[in-house]
Amino acid sequence: MTFEYAPAPESRAIVDIKPSYGLFINGEFVDGNGTSFKTVNPATEEVLAEVAEASDADVDEAVKAARRAYTRVWSRMSGAERAKYLYRIARIIQERGRELAVLESIDNGKPIKESRDVDVPIVAAHFFYYAGWADKLQYSGYGSTPLGVAGQVIPWNFPLMMLAWKIAPALACGNTVVLKPAETTPLTALLFAEICQQADLPPGVVNIVTGAGDTGRAIVSHPDVDKVAFTGSTEVGKAIARAVAGSDKKVTLELGGKAANIVFDDAPLDQAVEGIVNGIFFNQGHVCCAGSRLLVQESVADEVMARLKRRMATLRVGDPLDKNTDVGAINSAEQLAKIRELSEIGESEGAERWSAPCDLPANGYWFAPTVFTGVSQAHRIAREEIFGPVLSVLTFRTPSEAIEKANNTPFGLSAGVWTDKGSRILSMANRLRAGVVWANTFNKFDPTSPFGGYKESGYGREGGRHGLEGYLKNTEKGADA
Amino acid sequence: MTPTASSTASTTSSHAVFDDIVRSDSSLRRFLHGLPGVDQVGCEARAAGLATRSIKTTSKAYAIDLAIRMVDLTTLEGQDTHGKVRALASKAMRPDPADPTCPATAAVCVYPDMVATAKQTLGDSGVNVAAVATAFPSGRAAMDIKLADTRDAVEAGADEIDMVIDRGAFLSGRYLDVFEEIAQVREACGDAHLKVIFETGELQTYDNVRRASWLAMMAGGHFIKTSTGKVQPAATLPVTLIMLEAVRDFREQTGQMIGVKPAGGIKTTKDAIKYLVMVNEICGEDWLDPDWFRFGASTLLNDLLMQRTKMTTGRYSGPDYFTLD
Repeated sequence: MTFEYAPAPESRAIVDIKPSYGLFINGEFVDGNGTSFKTVNPATEEVLAEVAEASDADVDEAVKAARRAYTRVWSRMSGAERAKYLYRIARIIQERGRELAVLESIDNGKPIKESRDVDVPIVAAHFFYYAGWADKLQYSGYGSTPLGVAGQVIPWNFPLMMLAWKIAPALACGNTVVLKPAETTPLTALLFAEICQQADLPPGVVNIVTGAGDTGRAIVSHPDVDKVAFTGSTEVGKAIARAVAGSDKKVTLELGGKAANIVFDDAPLDQAVEGIVNGIFFNQGHVCCAGSRLLVQESVADEVMARLKRRMATLRVGDPLDKNTDVGAINSAEQLAKIRELSEIGESEGAERWSAPCDLPANGYWFAPTVFTGVSQAHRIAREEIFGPVLSVLTFRTPSEAIEKANNTPFGLSAGVWTDKGSRILSMANRLRAGVVWANTFNKFDPTSPFGGYKESGYGREGGRHGLEGYLKNTEKGADA
Repeated sequence: MTPTASSTASTTSSHAVFDDIVRSDSSLRRFLHGLPGVDQVGCEARAAGLATRSIKTTSKAYAIDLAIRMVDLTTLEGQDTHGKVRALASKAMRPDPADPTCPATAAVCVYPDMVATAKQTLGDSGVNVAAVATAFPSGRAAMDIKLADTRDAVEAGADEIDMVIDRGAFLSGRYLDVFEEIAQVREACGDAHLKVIFETGELQTYDNVRRASWLAMMAGGHFIKTSTGKVQPAATLPVTLIMLEAVRDFREQTGQMIGVKPAGGIKTTKDAIKYLVMVNEICGEDWLDPDWFRFGASTLLNDLLMQRTKMTTGRYSGPDYFTLD
């Protein structure tokens, strides 16, 4: 008899999904003037709710509400008072943590163990962390003058976490926000709007407008928006940079990546294998800083691949709400098509494809954890961001070759180094052109640590003291802004 | 360290492929220190991740019965008496007198002078007698005394011997001494199975645990065991993870399976299930058998019985419904 794990589903009863949702403007839910759209559960293709689309006029209303709240209330309030609201929001997030986690898994497809143990705790931690800064901005090194109204557009891979990364520092610095969640994952942002009401946050400080590209464009190009913060694809990021060029809007962009995860022959191999798995299969690989290119030293390549495949065979793919699920559903049909396309290109370009043996559910959007070996720098799967559970494996012989290959990409968001040798970690970290370098770990996030990219992975930093810079007018003496 | 003439002469390993490695202290050190290192943070994170598995209903019932069958029901006290050992042996055969479907434990684990008493009570029930030997728990005695201790237990009828390694020798880098000690005890065991206790709480680092695991496997131990139960910390999930990885890798290389026994500090069904999940996901189902995985425990059994009764009746009963030993 084998040790089969019986289904252990987290109950959905804790979430109350309404049949339709409006926009959250000036502290109230209002109807949108655009064409409403449906959000689906990617694990089942079940329609979850009808969501309003914000038209240009709706976005204008939201920006006006944010401006009013900024001038009349929020920018006049002392930092210590603003902190009270942020602490209150953080506590409510913790209290309603299970509800947020379940809803996130339903709308996004990510496994409940990740939304419960990673996403929601980090979300609360961000609000706690930036609440602490609100009355200490004069020590930030970036002054303490807010910018005004921030227009924020976030992706679908970490809907609530990206919301927290955007809203917490903006509010702490005294700005008000108009935020657009991704069209495939609007529900937790709308639940967050309810949390703002519950926390008695003054109306207009946070406005949530749902919609797709047009709504995002309306926010970014609105003349009364002082700051644009975007996380998403490099393609859209470039369009935003063009749209705001010549205006006095401050911009931070956190875009794509094709991170190298570098494994040396003296690495702690069992932990490195865990790090490789966590680097690319965490959140179905829908991670901008995913370790999607494994660079493994030739002398241990065969051993690492054997261990990796054995480990991948134990990954449990399926129902995101099952507490034992390791890999959930791909977020949308569109993304699934993109992953399939790039994987087929990988095969046709001559790389060897191996997928973990697993039964995928009949409905919903699914892709088995996959690894390509025999990949070279010339392959598209080594250059383009797949944004799915697909790992490309390359080999190297010397540290210099590892650096050359790791840096030979237009991206530069993150990198990983696995070695038992401390001095090598430091020398690699100095030479890798990436915003985050993880040593003997991967995909670790903390509100106190800045995060952001080099090159086409964007500019500006989120998190830590550095994350305040994007939301303050730098009036410090000697500041170059 | 230069190998002495005497220590190079008689040494052979469990597999011919290792003979070159165990030829001298320096070759043995090169091999053990050449094993992939362990990153402490990553190892502990992996163990904690596996511990979040949610084992319910049918899988929980399966795990509880399996865990009962894997228990080495233990009493290792200065105050042990023949009466106490007889009572423990009776319990090992029929852990739940009210329910004949409840399986027996794997073994009872006692001091050598109690082996005959335990054997007498257990008879041909299939429950083994394990004896701790080699100057348990400290291992601080001359080699001939350790061997005599072992032979005494085997002659009294022990099916399994739980030996302790010389941690002083290990920590001072005299790996060959430890290797030979294990090999000689194995020889003294005759047909009895040998479990090699590392006392991981004294070895301290995961790198040491991995090295000790390979040392014991190459020297012919049938089982590798975490602790005596007399030193804190005793068994932990990350230490057991390292040992499971070692037996998994050893089979890859030699084709031979080695058992693993965490001992000490495992008190609840919830804990035991975490270990079984780890065995399942690190080594696979081949190891989910009392021949290859054991729990060294005394209080664990009653919690397993209480949870088992809850699974079958839907109700918790009080501790008075389960026997003390």
